[in-house]
Amino acid sequence: MPLLTVQDLYVTYRTPGQPPVRAVCGVSFSLAAGESLGIVGESGCGKSSLARTLIGLQPASAGTLTFEGQAVDRLSRQGFRDYRRAVQMVFQDATGSLNPRMTVRQTLHEVLRVHRMRPAAAIPQRVDELLDLVGLPTTVLDAFPREISGGQCQRVSFARCLALEPRLIIADEPVSALDVSVQARILNLVRSLQQRLGLSIILISHDLAVVRNICDRVAVMHDGVFVETGIAADVLDAPRHAYTRTLLEAVPDVGRALQRRGV
Amino acid sequence: MSPPLLQVDRLSVTFRRDGMLTTPVRDVSLTVQAGERVAVVGESGCGKSLTALSLTRLSPTDRARLQGRVLFDGTDTLTLSPDALTRIRGRGIAYVFQDPSASLNPVMRVHDQIAECLPDLPCAERREACVELLTRTGLPDPSRAARAFPCELSGGQQQRVMLAMALAARPKLLVADEPTTALDVTTQRQVLDLIDTLADADGMAVLLITHNLGLVAGRMTRVYVMYAGQVVESGAVTDVLSNPRHPYTRGLLAAVPMLDAPRNAPLQDIPGTVPSPDAWPVGCAFAPRCVQADARCHTEQPPEIDSADSHRSRCWHTQPCHS
Repeated sequence: MPLLTVQDLYVTYRTPGQPPVRAVCGVSFSLAAGESLGIVGESGCGKSSLARTLIGLQPASAGTLTFEGQAVDRLSRQGFRDYRRAVQMVFQDATGSLNPRMTVRQTLHEVLRVHRMRPAAAIPQRVDELLDLVGLPTTVLDAFPREISGGQCQRVSFARCLALEPRLIIADEPVSALDVSVQARILNLVRSLQQRLGLSIILISHDLAVVRNICDRVAVMHDGVFVETGIAADVLDAPRHAYTRTLLEAVPDVGRALQRRGV
Repeated sequence: MSPPLLQVDRLSVTFRRDGMLTTPVRDVSLTVQAGERVAVVGESGCGKSLTALSLTRLSPTDRARLQGRVLFDGTDTLTLSPDALTRIRGRGIAYVFQDPSASLNPVMRVHDQIAECLPDLPCAERREACVELLTRTGLPDPSRAARAFPCELSGGQQQRVMLAMALAARPKLLVADEPTTALDVTTQRQVLDLIDTLADADGMAVLLITHNLGLVAGRMTRVYVMYAGQVVESGAVTDVLSNPRHPYTRGLLAAVPMLDAPRNAPLQDIPGTVPSPDAWPVGCAFAPRCVQADARCHTEQPPEIDSADSHRSRCWHTQPCHS
């Protein structure tokens, strides 16, 4: 049984006096436990709307979401709470997605306490485990987000997600604001989390090389629809859709650029 | 060969902060020939942007002390009077920055902002010149864009407006500081293609500052790799990226995810972080993060070593050229 199945999903934004904006138009896919799916496309193609709908921040206009065999819109209050816990999201702006007035310790304690993941006495030990999992030293615990680097903030975001022991993490452009070497570290972290914890990952990115490196499957999104889906290597090595080729050609890839210059 | 358009000789930038002297840019030398495409790459905090700003003494505070020489078209911009400098800014060296929405005035219409860059034209002709400049940058419906406020345009469109402003005075050198980092890949490509086309048409030189080695590989002629305020490797793009001599350049290259790399091969990261300018390491600045570092690397600064024709690297482990 797939972990998550999305059937014919539509997301439409309506503003009075203006024509409706159809951000997602009939997207269907399924995701197995432990699998990673990359969603690529330009700004405005609907990939973030899709992500927001998956975590329940944005209602779908039509279509069904099935998680572990149960339709998400028919879940009980408690069931929906469990779903929100099982599906977590990491955002692009790491520093901005942490509370600037809370230290890393307070941020992580709060999540564990509010969701009753651990008895109060066991919280500090769990926080240490979480830091270890994302490769942060315990010295960051008393720092505020602005006092640590962007890469470290992104690790704290991952730790905050992992505190809830999710089944699926949706990462929306998690590395596009980071330096190349920091980017490599976060991508390696995502991969190791997927392998060690058996997490499913949905990675949203406009960088096809990033997706190629991390994901089992890829879906290319354009104007609210999936124009091409398949095994990541197949799609990116032999793209069938013209839009996928356009995206691929736009990737500034060192290897291919040097090849073109005859080096 | 004719003298270079821009010749930076041992440029250093020093600030006094809390009674301490810090030198975020140290002895940077670089040249740009007329019409040439040159890139400066490195991680955040390596001094790339400060170097670029210092070319026209635009450093963020007036307390900065600039040493060395910046010869632009034969005159040293570091010793010019403020008036003479004003004539070089914009007309000689123009800038495009990373975040167009922060560079544009949010309460002025686009044509009013571009008109400010055209003081030599009579007022009546400025409006038309604006639209013409916007047309050159490939904006759809340029006359509508000219009347728009910046917030009504997308990031890519705003960057085109920035370009139109930079090109208004027909500069000889365009300094583009991470011009496409905030844009997605297809828009990025369009903006860079546009810079290329416009530079070709006007014979303008481009100094591109970026951390994206893919952009450098695809379109630039020469590259300077900066680390901890110094140039650590320089040379022709094809030499430096296909045969990097400095471990830092190799580290940067290995960290980039590549389309043709085998899947699930972990990316190589560079351990540690860029040191703070308040405490540059004593020896080679990269030694604390370098796998090859030995005792000498930690105590003595390596000199710049020529390894092949005009391919230079600042590392004790570079094999010097024996020609």
